[in-house]
Amino acid sequence: MPAYAPSRPLLYFLASLLVLAFWLSLVVGPTGMALADAWRAIMHLLGAPVDLGEAQARAALIIGQIRLPRALLAVGVGAILAMTGVAMQGLFRNPLADPALIGVSSGASLGAAAAIVLLPLLGQLPAGLEPYWLSICAFLGGLAITSMVYRLGRRDGRTDVATMLLAGIALTALAGACIGLLTYLADDTALRSLMFWNLGSLGGATLPRVWPVLAVGLALVLWLPRRANALNVLLLGESEARHLGFPVEAIKRELVLCTALGVGVAVAAVGMIGFVGLIVPHLVRLATGPDHRTLLPASALAGGVLLLLADLLARVPLAPAELPIGLVTALLGAPFFLWLLARRADRC
Amino acid sequence: MLTARGLTILRGGRRALDGVELAVPPGQVLAVLGPNGAGKSTLIDALTGELAPSAGEVALHGQPLPRWPGEARAQRLAVLPQRSTLEFAFRVDEIVAMGRLPHASGRSADAQAIELALAQADVTHLRARNYLSLSGGERQRVQLARVLAQLWPASADRVLLLDEPTAALDPLHQIAVLEAVKQLATAGAAVLMVLHDLSLAARFADRLLLLDKGRVACVGEPEAVLRSSTLSDVFGLALSVERHPERDHLLVFPR
Repeated sequence: MPAYAPSRPLLYFLASLLVLAFWLSLVVGPTGMALADAWRAIMHLLGAPVDLGEAQARAALIIGQIRLPRALLAVGVGAILAMTGVAMQGLFRNPLADPALIGVSSGASLGAAAAIVLLPLLGQLPAGLEPYWLSICAFLGGLAITSMVYRLGRRDGRTDVATMLLAGIALTALAGACIGLLTYLADDTALRSLMFWNLGSLGGATLPRVWPVLAVGLALVLWLPRRANALNVLLLGESEARHLGFPVEAIKRELVLCTALGVGVAVAAVGMIGFVGLIVPHLVRLATGPDHRTLLPASALAGGVLLLLADLLARVPLAPAELPIGLVTALLGAPFFLWLLARRADRC
Repeated sequence: MLTARGLTILRGGRRALDGVELAVPPGQVLAVLGPNGAGKSTLIDALTGELAPSAGEVALHGQPLPRWPGEARAQRLAVLPQRSTLEFAFRVDEIVAMGRLPHASGRSADAQAIELALAQADVTHLRARNYLSLSGGERQRVQLARVLAQLWPASADRVLLLDEPTAALDPLHQIAVLEAVKQLATAGAAVLMVLHDLSLAARFADRLLLLDKGRVACVGEPEAVLRSSTLSDVFGLALSVERHPERDHLLVFPR
């Protein structure tokens, strides 16, 4: 849509909001610290030559080791979930679609459940992989189920998204049954980790856990906006997009792949965090309309903001205890979803 | 120039299209007529490449359709579908602007094409409206503006296919839309449209193609095709053909 430029003011606004939320996540927490100390510690972490007193050195340690990885993880996961939400709503041409539809979340859940319940039965694992096996299994599970959904949707060399949707429902149910079986077999320790994994948490973020999320998030932020025009015409209809010269099958495959990779990595790192992919694109559309040239970058920023704020809500009020962040997003997201449904009903 | 040779589509063992031959030369409007289930929409799908033919082929400017690269094809061939299923709140001018995506003609040329298309489809006054707030007929005209923008500037290598463009329109806009389509053909484009209204077809088309059970029953100028005996056979209804009292074209109505 060459004649109209993306809306810059909104992107600037969201970027400032992201910086603000990020700063809040660094300075607010259960360990009280003076704002001035936190500020000097952040300057120090940014590489500025500042002398640190004892309190400030402690602040630098807490921020650098605990809060910074956690905030980075929130931004990466939020951006990924929001952008893949946009991609799925484009693919299914439905504003209420969600990455969970193509089975990536249930697949990742199954992978995680298998890792938690079955892997310990295999005995000693290679020591280097110990911190990562859960994430790896979750990622592979998500990819496996999604590729099955994609294959089941193929008809005569084309992907039928309606069939994909139904295949996604069926495989999600199947994965749910398998998870139920694993739960039944699990011992108490495994049950507890399974439950917490399913609720999602940004806790215990360390830089090695953060970097795959940031790398994939950055790749999506750079890649998906190149498909903004294609997503726009896809909303008109698949035939219409073909008639406008777009390679629709290749684009659909790419969107599924991006979503499977993105959500796979995100869910593997933090567990299940629902509704972000649904709420964020919706809020952004209310502000700018559905044009993907603005929607994609704006959703990435807004997703980061939402998850940073949700994480603050999860860890500050009950400090030093914290709520699982998946619980917070679900508590905010489900009523929002119902509100959207009611609004749609009004309009029709 | 769009041609089909021996075009056959099998669907569940039935021949939805059976050896259809047709040619739409530049500057002409060909109207495809026929009863429900005659294969009109199937014909549009086959001509646009949405359905792969079981036998025969479709060629655009002499080159088989599947061999055209997507973008080069989209610069020449545009399609107005019977109805759209857009569920997102685009602005009207954003939708029309999508018609310019296959072209790299620059911002000012695009803006000019969009203005002209909005005016020709009589939707300039709706340009800032939310598409979802429009009526069915208004939506159809916005989609028409989109394909007109796609084919701008009209020339002899442009081809437009329309599937029942007037179905949702009031009488005024039926005439206005078909005038716009006719104008495109006068500027050199080849146009094929599926129509239900035989009198409108007689007024706006240079040639008519009567489709019956997937076969071409009759093709030619309106005077040759619109004979009450032929029509009554194909449509299974007694139809009268008279001359319009004021305009020089045929009118068809039930007896």
